[in-house]
Amino acid sequence: MHQLYTAIFEPGFFASPQVHVAAVVGGLVAIVSAVTGVFTVMRGQSFGGHALGDVSAAGGSGALLLGLSPVAGFVGLGIIGAGVMDMIGVRRLRGRDLATGIVLGAAIGMSALFLYLTSTQSATTGAVQQILFGSIFTAPVGSIPITIALGVIALAAVAVVGRPLLLATVSPDIAAARGVRVRLVGLLYMLALAVSVGLSSLAIGAILSTALLIGPAATALRVTKRVDYAIGLSCLFGVAATWIGILLAYDSYYWGTSHLGLPVSFFIVAIVFAGYLVSGIPVAGTAGGRRAQMAQPSVTAERDEIAA
Amino acid sequence: MFAAGFMMNAWITATIVAVVGGVVGYFVVLRGSAFPAHAIPKGAFAGAAGAALLGINTLIGLAVFALLGALGIGSLGRRGRHDVVTALALVMMLALGAAFLSRTTEYEPEIYSLLFGEVLGVSASQILPTALLGVACIAAIAVVYRPLLLASVTPEVAEAKGIRAARIEMVFLVILALATAMTVPVVGALLIFSLMIGPPAAARSLTSRPLLAMILSVCIALATVWLAIAASYLYNWPIGFFVGALGALSYGCGRGWAAWQQRRRVASAAVTVLAEHPGHA
Amino acid sequence: MTDDIVIQAADPILDVDRVSVTLSGRQILDEVSFRVGAGQFTGLIGPNGAGKTTLLRVILGLQRSVAGRVSMLGQRRAPRHQPIGYVPQKVLLDPDMPMRARDLVALGADGERYGLRLPSRQRAAAVREMLHAVDADRFADARVGNLSGGEQQRVLIAQALISRPRLLLLDEPLANLDLRSSQEIVGLLARIAREQQIAVLLSAHEMNPLLPVLDRVVYLAGGRAASGTVDEVITTETLSRLYGQHVEVLHVQGRVLVVAGDTPATVPLVGTD
Repeated sequence: MHQLYTAIFEPGFFASPQVHVAAVVGGLVAIVSAVTGVFTVMRGQSFGGHALGDVSAAGGSGALLLGLSPVAGFVGLGIIGAGVMDMIGVRRLRGRDLATGIVLGAAIGMSALFLYLTSTQSATTGAVQQILFGSIFTAPVGSIPITIALGVIALAAVAVVGRPLLLATVSPDIAAARGVRVRLVGLLYMLALAVSVGLSSLAIGAILSTALLIGPAATALRVTKRVDYAIGLSCLFGVAATWIGILLAYDSYYWGTSHLGLPVSFFIVAIVFAGYLVSGIPVAGTAGGRRAQMAQPSVTAERDEIAA
Repeated sequence: MFAAGFMMNAWITATIVAVVGGVVGYFVVLRGSAFPAHAIPKGAFAGAAGAALLGINTLIGLAVFALLGALGIGSLGRRGRHDVVTALALVMMLALGAAFLSRTTEYEPEIYSLLFGEVLGVSASQILPTALLGVACIAAIAVVYRPLLLASVTPEVAEAKGIRAARIEMVFLVILALATAMTVPVVGALLIFSLMIGPPAAARSLTSRPLLAMILSVCIALATVWLAIAASYLYNWPIGFFVGALGALSYGCGRGWAAWQQRRRVASAAVTVLAEHPGHA
Repeated sequence: MTDDIVIQAADPILDVDRVSVTLSGRQILDEVSFRVGAGQFTGLIGPNGAGKTTLLRVILGLQRSVAGRVSMLGQRRAPRHQPIGYVPQKVLLDPDMPMRARDLVALGADGERYGLRLPSRQRAAAVREMLHAVDADRFADARVGNLSGGEQQRVLIAQALISRPRLLLLDEPLANLDLRSSQEIVGLLARIAREQQIAVLLSAHEMNPLLPVLDRVVYLAGGRAASGTVDEVITTETLSRLYGQHVEVLHVQGRVLVVAGDTPATVPLVGTD
């Protein structure tokens, strides 16, 4: 019995300060991402959510170059990017993804420039790797307060626009008829998304930012059709995936002979991905799943949907 | 700028890349596949990075992951929301890349060039394989041009004629993967995307003829790449920055032109109405 | 039963024989049978959700039926070989899309073929002819996404007709059109059916715009169908049998109104406009 326990929880797991920070930061970010993610998936804005991660990273590179606080860079450029995306976006999903892509392309170009200038100014190698593949275990203890602050802001914003946003997402015309400022609500949501993604990119890295935003939410929405349940389930999935991922990553250092271990991001993403796949199994086999397939006859039809 | 041997290589390979980017990008914009066009190269990059660190030829890692990405998005997309599966397939590939990178503590300078392109570092020996793959891409598009166009514009009518939406989508994604594999070593994983979005988006605002729009897309892509190379040579800034900026510029011009045309149409329609009903204000 | 009474001079183009479809436990179609002959304008009428689109998909070979057969010109249907023109419901055309009306119609001719296609004078002439047949010459070179609902409908009809089909299927073509466009489209289709001896099957939930031109009606309700002429099918007895409850068929000023129940709070089901 004791052997099983130590096999699962390798020695020092619960005592390790790194694990504590990772669990707290990761858990908080997972919750914020999960909540924002439900709306993101419902609005078909997964690309926007991912793109803002890269845009934030560009902001991070810029901040590094200018010697500013990384938080300012990540969140600042993220907000600007979200604003521009919303401004030039069009009503159809197809057009909106295109606008997202253009902003993303420009941001990537800026990233290239900032990283180049940084590398010529100082000998910071590995900056690219760090920004792209940054690990949750390198988040310093001092990042917890700022994580909480930004997380609260993002959640508060979502809470405020949540209900009109939901209505506008399901039917923009009905929402407009009821007096909802559809464009304004959409913009506020994008800004909240920018804060959430900026926060998560900074705290846990670009890969996990997208994974925890989209994965748990999409899985939850497959399991239930009620939005409030979906939000709760999404948080549950997100935090569970994060904590189990941290555990496995810690344990992985004890596996094999090389004692190198595998990164946390790998485990968390793998769990999230697997969860999504598993949630699709009951849907696919049934006639309900086949009907869902019929209702979505083609990719291009999905993209013809009117976006709010 | 034109004298040095390596510059000639750069111009030639960049031209090939721009042609492929313009052609494939035409369909990317038509189908609204901006996310897969970003995700497949980026995921492929993870494979290349992993291959570099494992000592395997990066092109193999690139091609394998690009193909995996295409197949993953295509097959998962049958059941789930398209943008969701694209996001998850992308992060899964990136996570695998992160796992590969963790195997060693070295830093690979090759990674920067895989991401942002190192067109000025292209060697003559790379030209032929790039050209051949480019021809393969164009040929593939030529073969499926009509069914792909029909399925992209009126998918239900295509379905009635026996063109299954899921199958044609898979074909398109695989072509996208092929285009990725040949262009990423030149312009980088993150930039081929800009070439596939900006120029075609601008082109479609300029003309309503499908074939002409594709040709214009290629022309604008060529202009973008050439200007970017020239600027990069002159100012030493990375080519990626110029591609991204020019892409946004061409998109903006396209939107502006379209808006202006729209205003002209509405104005002339109003004039027609007035002419037909002179009594009305 | 009513099918047998009507005498048809030629073989039916389309023969639907006791087709049943079940989806996720629900029976959508229950032994639906009818025939459509050359030059006949047949309306597939029924309330929303009655299974009209499902039936059309079965005919197109896109939906499998649990029982029954669909045959065209005496042979089992196969999507590639039998020329069926299809105008789907709710086609959303992007205003930014680089595609003229002319190009969309041309795609209908050979859009499913692989390989390069050389510009052909023959095809260009066929496209011109089709556009003229649907009275779309005016906007042949306009972007399809910029056209009005009625104009787009004409272009889609031309696209369906250019492959010289024997059968033309239209799924709720009048749903989003104003009255005038509706009447124009109906007149156009009736003329095409007559002149080109094409079998036209058009689904709708409002039958009044079609009454002047309908040769036959297939009324779909509760998964069951009744087919025949308008006078034979649109009767209180027949429709009550289909709906499984008492419905009244009222003739009001040359229009048909189908209302549920005989209580004062009658709810119009079909035929109001």
